[in-house]
Amino acid sequence: MNINLALVGNPNSGKTTMFNELTGSSQYVGNWPGVTVEKKQGKLKKHKDISIIDLPGIYSLSPYTLEEVITRDYLIDEKPDVIINIVDASNMERNLYLTTQLVETGIPTVVALNMIDVVNKNGDKIDVAELSKELGCPVIETSAIKGNGIRALASESIELAKSNKENIIKNIFSDKIEDSINEISELIKNDIDDESNKYWYSIKLFEQDEKIIDKLNLSETKQNKIKQIVEKLEEEFDDDAEGIVTTERYNYIEKVIFKCYKKVYREMTNSDKIDSIVTNKWLALPIFFGILWLIYYVSISTVGDWTIGYVEDFFGIIQDGSISVLTNLGASEWTLDLVGNGIIGSIGAIFTFVPQLMILFFFLSLLEDSGYMARVAFIMDRIFRKFGLSGKSFIPMLIGTGCSIPGIMASRTIENEKDRRMTILLTPFIPCGAKLPVFAMFIAMMFSEQTWVGPSIYIISIFTVIISGIFLKKTKFFAGEPAPFVMELPTYKIPRLKGVAIHMWEKAKSFIKKAGTIIFVSSVVIWLLQSFSFSLEYLPPERVSESMLAGIGEAIRWVFVPLGFGDSWAPAVASMTGLIAKEVVVATFASVGNAMPIQFTQVTAFAFMIFTLFAAPCFAAIGAMRREFGNWKLTLFAVGYQTGLAYILALLVNAIGSIIFKGSQVTTSKTLNISAMEEASESAVVNGDIVLIVFGIILLVAIAIGVTNKIRNSKKHIAVSK
Amino acid sequence: MKRLENIEPGSTVKVKKLDGKGAVRRRIMDMGITKGTKIFIRKIAPLGDPIEVTVRGYELSLRKEDANKIVVE
Repeated sequence: MNINLALVGNPNSGKTTMFNELTGSSQYVGNWPGVTVEKKQGKLKKHKDISIIDLPGIYSLSPYTLEEVITRDYLIDEKPDVIINIVDASNMERNLYLTTQLVETGIPTVVALNMIDVVNKNGDKIDVAELSKELGCPVIETSAIKGNGIRALASESIELAKSNKENIIKNIFSDKIEDSINEISELIKNDIDDESNKYWYSIKLFEQDEKIIDKLNLSETKQNKIKQIVEKLEEEFDDDAEGIVTTERYNYIEKVIFKCYKKVYREMTNSDKIDSIVTNKWLALPIFFGILWLIYYVSISTVGDWTIGYVEDFFGIIQDGSISVLTNLGASEWTLDLVGNGIIGSIGAIFTFVPQLMILFFFLSLLEDSGYMARVAFIMDRIFRKFGLSGKSFIPMLIGTGCSIPGIMASRTIENEKDRRMTILLTPFIPCGAKLPVFAMFIAMMFSEQTWVGPSIYIISIFTVIISGIFLKKTKFFAGEPAPFVMELPTYKIPRLKGVAIHMWEKAKSFIKKAGTIIFVSSVVIWLLQSFSFSLEYLPPERVSESMLAGIGEAIRWVFVPLGFGDSWAPAVASMTGLIAKEVVVATFASVGNAMPIQFTQVTAFAFMIFTLFAAPCFAAIGAMRREFGNWKLTLFAVGYQTGLAYILALLVNAIGSIIFKGSQVTTSKTLNISAMEEASESAVVNGDIVLIVFGIILLVAIAIGVTNKIRNSKKHIAVSK
Repeated sequence: MKRLENIEPGSTVKVKKLDGKGAVRRRIMDMGITKGTKIFIRKIAPLGDPIEVTVRGYELSLRKEDANKIVVE
């Protein structure tokens, strides 16, 4: 017998931990068809025939958020055998609100009263038997973190599935409402095939839930009749139907809590004490930047940087080893080149980032699991919402200074769909670690006396993010009804190492899998193009100008003529090879530059940098965008927007620069000095204090907002006193 | 009519009515702010918005523009 158990619960109720405890490691992570909401599925430990479906964390079964609609549709249409409702026992009042709705679906429900250890530690008492009676379904005490009660929960769920014992639906509403719901029930009894969820449908119709009204396709007379019933009560209660139902649900829960929950009076919890420091008016921002700096310092600058060395050495050994093996086997020159540079070289380039990413994800998981991430949103929201982002967008963008891919992946912590999309689209605008060598190269060769060029790249990038945000907010993908920013601030917890480790490993795994495959395939393709002529003759690196790649570059270079760097095919090709990884741009200049001179002026060099900064990111990042957007349409829109904007900005730089500096040395062509190139790109011209620059700018913005607030408030006071 | 947006931190108020409609209003109610609920205003974020309140035993943050829809006494 196959049994489906659905895990449903509020965010922060310990649902993920519970899922991991129930399934062990045998789980499958995907997205719901067509949307980006994560779909996790697994088998109950030691029970191959019992599936556990982890539904998204939600507060209600309202029709307004994607997560809620997914959960509703799943429960009503797919009908799992049992709902396991995870309830945070230390925050019962709001958690039970969802429970009352789940019980009404007619699907046998078992409540896992989770985090019971926290309640016991606080000295509070819960009358479980009474609670079970009030809710009309079995209640099991659990602590997913400590692994307590898991077995009891599993066996209770299986038993419930086998016996198919229905929930006892309690009449939680006042008599008048209950009568109306029954009236609606009677009215629609022939429109619903399934007796068990008739009550649920009736309540939704009473709430005038548009999605359900459409779904049931009731006759006009019936719809009008329901409307009459509802309107009469709305007038009597002086509230709309949704408001009446919600208020009565909470009133009922208050009664249940009063009966079943004995709370010890506490003055200030540890969580309150932490919070009073961490979100303190004056300390909040310094603490926040301190934490970020530390994370960045450890994962990107120090430990992360050392690991890059190790990984490079490791792949160097593999490369040398396989080449010597192949040479001994008598492999041809092009096989050596393909295996050594095409395959191992490019995979190695990706893997150099993996340890860095894992360290970064480790810290992010810590922030997430400890409850600090929600405070980040609380502190930063004011700044970011101005351009269509939310407070939580800060983290992905900061990570983006290292690499866009984990940045894009980190956007998953943003609940709001629109904010998340915007963050995914804008994160690649932040100069990532792989773009730095390109800037470093040009700065060293073309702008050695202009120290402002490095920082200006960052300033331009931040302004472009801001202006794009304001602009895109008005386009169809991002416009629409403003979503409320009503966010729970969970109590601080000490993160569990196991949870953090699982979190970190899952992220790293999906990075390696997705990025690995895309990069691998595209690197091989580019290698083929650059190593063979159209007549399929193998070309050694010095003859690159005869390759297919050069041919393609020659064919498309006219596109870049308005930007100032379309005179030869090399920059055009470099822009294309940049799609593999942005560091490859430098490598391309180096290998092409050996065969022929490449010329730039200061103006066209700047235009090239601007184009590289904003144009489509590398394939791996496009893959990550595709994964997080959940569809190609939006991905293509994003890549198109990025490339289009890059083109326009580079065009402006070239056009305006050529006019202003006409005839001066700024517009004089200069041949790139290839022999000094690799060295130049390694130098730390811009590497230095990026984080400090970014922080400095944001701090300035924050101060500016603070000051304008003060001025505005004092003006208000003056106006009031007048 | 007093609105949650204008209440000084440190005070407790009772919800009288919720303005607005659709998703925003429902979300606020789903989070436990319904007619008659007691709300304690804990603090204002360092940059002046959003605000943090205690409602039904947990901490909730909401933007001032949303808090403006909550009529209190």
